Amino acid sequence: MEQLLGFAVPGIPYGCAYAVFAVGLVLTYQTTGVFNFGYGAQAYASAFVFAWLVDGHGWSTWAAFVGSVVILGPGLGLVFDRFLFSRIASTNTTAKVVTGLALLVGIPALLPVVFSNENLVGVPSILFAPGTVYFHLGPDVPVNGIYLSAVLLAVAMLVILVLLLRTTSLGLEMRAAVESRRLLELEGVAAVRVTATAWAVSGLMAGLAGVLLAPTEVTVQAQDYVTLMVAAIAAAACAAMGSMTVAAVVGVLIGVVSLTAQGYLPTSSFWYSAVLPAFPFIVLVGALLFVPRLRRLEQVQDPLSTVDPPPPLPTARVRGREIDRLVHTAFWLLVVVFVGSMLTWMPTSWETVLNQGMAYSVIFLSVTLITGTAGQLSLAQATLAGVAAFSAGQLARHFGLDFLAGGVLGSLAASGVAGLLALASLRLRGLGLALMTLAAALLFDVAIFPAQAVSGGTGGIQLTARWLPLDLLAPNGHAYFLLVFLVLVVCAGAVALVQRGTVGRFLAAMRGSELGAAGVGVNIAWQRVLAFVLSGALAGAGGTLLAIQQTVIAPGEFNYQLSLAFVVIVVTTGVGTVEGAIQAGVGLVVVEQLLQYAPQRLQGLAFVLFALGALTYAAHPEGIVELEKRRWTERAERLLARRHGASATAAVTGRS
Amino acid sequence: MSGDVAPVLELDEVSAAYGPYRALFEVSFSVESGGAVALLGPNGAGKSTVARVASGLVPVTSGRVRVDGRDMTGEPAWRIARAGLAHVPEGRGVFDSISVEENLVLSFRRRAGRRMVPASLERAYASFPVLGERRHDRAGTLSGGQQRLLSLAKVLVVPPKLLIADELSLGLAPSVIDDVYAGLAEVRRSGTALVVVEQQVDRALALASSAVVLERGSVAYCGPASGARSVVERVLERRSRTHDAGKDAGPADRTTPAKAVSPRRA
Ligand SMILES: Nc1ncnc2c1ncn2[C@@H]1O[C@H](COP(=O)(O)OP(=O)(O)OP(=O)(O)O)[C@@H](O)[C@H]1O
Ligand SMILES: [Mg+2]
Repeated sequence: MEQLLGFAVPGIPYGCAYAVFAVGLVLTYQTTGVFNFGYGAQAYASAFVFAWLVDGHGWSTWAAFVGSVVILGPGLGLVFDRFLFSRIASTNTTAKVVTGLALLVGIPALLPVVFSNENLVGVPSILFAPGTVYFHLGPDVPVNGIYLSAVLLAVAMLVILVLLLRTTSLGLEMRAAVESRRLLELEGVAAVRVTATAWAVSGLMAGLAGVLLAPTEVTVQAQDYVTLMVAAIAAAACAAMGSMTVAAVVGVLIGVVSLTAQGYLPTSSFWYSAVLPAFPFIVLVGALLFVPRLRRLEQVQDPLSTVDPPPPLPTARVRGREIDRLVHTAFWLLVVVFVGSMLTWMPTSWETVLNQGMAYSVIFLSVTLITGTAGQLSLAQATLAGVAAFSAGQLARHFGLDFLAGGVLGSLAASGVAGLLALASLRLRGLGLALMTLAAALLFDVAIFPAQAVSGGTGGIQLTARWLPLDLLAPNGHAYFLLVFLVLVVCAGAVALVQRGTVGRFLAAMRGSELGAAGVGVNIAWQRVLAFVLSGALAGAGGTLLAIQQTVIAPGEFNYQLSLAFVVIVVTTGVGTVEGAIQAGVGLVVVEQLLQYAPQRLQGLAFVLFALGALTYAAHPEGIVELEKRRWTERAERLLARRHGASATAAVTGRS
Repeated sequence: MSGDVAPVLELDEVSAAYGPYRALFEVSFSVESGGAVALLGPNGAGKSTVARVASGLVPVTSGRVRVDGRDMTGEPAWRIARAGLAHVPEGRGVFDSISVEENLVLSFRRRAGRRMVPASLERAYASFPVLGERRHDRAGTLSGGQQRLLSLAKVLVVPPKLLIADELSLGLAPSVIDDVYAGLAEVRRSGTALVVVEQQVDRALALASSAVVLERGSVAYCGPASGARSVVERVLERRSRTHDAGKDAGPADRTTPAKAVSPRRA
């Protein structure tokens, strides 16, 4: 008993932070209808600024608390609402998820750029001094200030929120606003203000949770806030996004059980190294599989949505024949010039960069297929790429199989994993599916990829020339370029064919409305599995290529953060078309390379740029590059029309 | 406009559109305080759009909307609601995800004041016992008819200056329609002016003193209820004729105003 307490008590601050966080997620979801993936980033921002003010600028703890939690927390919430989420239609789950992900990816990358790069250490705790032991629960179970602050703040917050939501008019109006802002306005309530208040409150909670967690770790690191995020998501999912009390209790349990188990399990066991870190994900997957209400999320419909005009038709891009010919010629010219340059004068450093971009493009094509064409949000594409790469690596290491042949087998394995994932989440859609794939990605990250048998530990598998034909590893040969170019062309062609063929039409119908597609006889389950299997193969091919290019297959190369970033990046350039994926791949590496020339401080900015781009997704779902392309085509057409006189004006049909 | 009392609702040459799709063309009519107007017309004539323009859900593209003599053009819906206009929209008009009682409380707190909530709840349950029985159920679990009763209960207990009821009878059994219309008559007796949008012409005309008939977004008739029936029949007949000729329908057609009947002013 004594021992149990000794192990369990240190879990309490974690548990409380998870609980506060889970409650915040549920609150945001219930009062705004948004499952805010950016919540972790909000918490991190507050903790970061708190530490920065206290550590770097000598503010007193309380002043810093006011600045980072009381002001910055709600401020961020209000900004998110005003400029992002209030502009997204309540039915557009994809836009909501992508916007949240952009914040999750962008904010932690942005903070060091805005503030400072140095590590922030020794963050103080609020209320009670962290080092002081206030009392003992048993002879060997001291209770210090961190525990006390955490428990007190968490309980106080939970009570206040439950009271707010269940007993005040504001709480009632918040819950009503989620269902229909217009119906609420008809009752004489300014729904905009209600929603803004909800965002401010949720922002305050994020800040509080962040600052609460800060002193438990030595430094303030974004990584800790991801664990926090996952545990909180799991707790919120167990509560079916409904009951704040259940969310809080599960949150505390996850924290306490993790640390207790950590105390009992032998450090060298499989349970300790693989299962324990994966515990929150296992809870999350379990909730997604077995909590029936999670399948019906996002089904509340605004009865007054008929007031909105229908979305504009996707502007049928009928390019004039003249422009069409011009564009085609330019395209082929570009391809020829590109291949020619790569083979002749391109410096090796840039050839490497562009090769890498093409390998990314192949992975990105899998995003195009699964999200752009089939409308399914998968947050595990980097994981699938990793499955193929590690399979190929292990096949080469143990059986001496050629790495390229291994890559083909590995892609099949990735297809299989993707198919299984699709089968497991057949009954989930939208947000549920996004969470399921995210859980899978994290599971692989924590429990599978780092395992000795898979990756040979954190160092990864080193590729050797013996495994590869044709000198593919030679830094200044062109063999790798030709290989990656060929694969990219084949994959891009395949995706384009799928998009135009029967399967593509089925997938597009499913993207529009699963119910409607099922109504006209499309087998939704089968189409979904098919889409996942195909995208798994693409991701696998890209992953293998990337592994060759990097000459080492390390677990860090395929982590979930990349999966998130992939979606964000592809969505930025254009998720609907094959060109979008290629532009995303090349754009990513070129931006990163160019930033190499920028001051040290700005190095992390590539993700920020793409995250900023993804924030425009709600307004322009076709992506920035595609949007610009359409605008320029229209402009060119108008120019031509003017030159040809009035007869050609009919050609200009698009509105912008 | 007659008398010293301003009309509770006045539409002055109002045009409106859903994005690029134009739906109303210079519609004018007014509702006197305590009066009852039947708003009639075939499907797609623009009845619901008139209701939405009046309550601020759909912005006008030109013209003026006055509520109780005050110019409310371009004001947000919640301001118009506070000025005393209640709009029960077509189809579902209650919050599904909160309980029956919470629906009522939400409405009463705003319009009767916090202290009046318990008394108002009691009155609502007295008028509609079925709501009392289901008070703790989610409103989404009510039947269609019960949901309409819930919407009516809100306005019955705290009468607004004007109630716009959009197709309250839609999809209901005749006996339930009787209940709903009994409720409407009671609302009217409490001094509330009414705009009743209806497909069931007879019911609406029995309740109303005057009528407005819409045809393809324009006013085809505006005057006493007694004269409306023949116009409605004419409009319906004309519509079925154009349908037979296959000239109607298609959004392009909607963007041109109907010239067949020139709107008359009240
Ligand atoms: N959300 C919308 N987007 C585009 N057009 C719309 C929208 N709502 C209505 N319309 C169009 O506006 C016109 C008027 O519609 P409205 O709903 O006002 O008709 P109504 O008289 O209420 O018909 P019903 O009797 O069927 O309810 C119709 O032509 C309709 O197609
Ligand atoms: Mg209607």
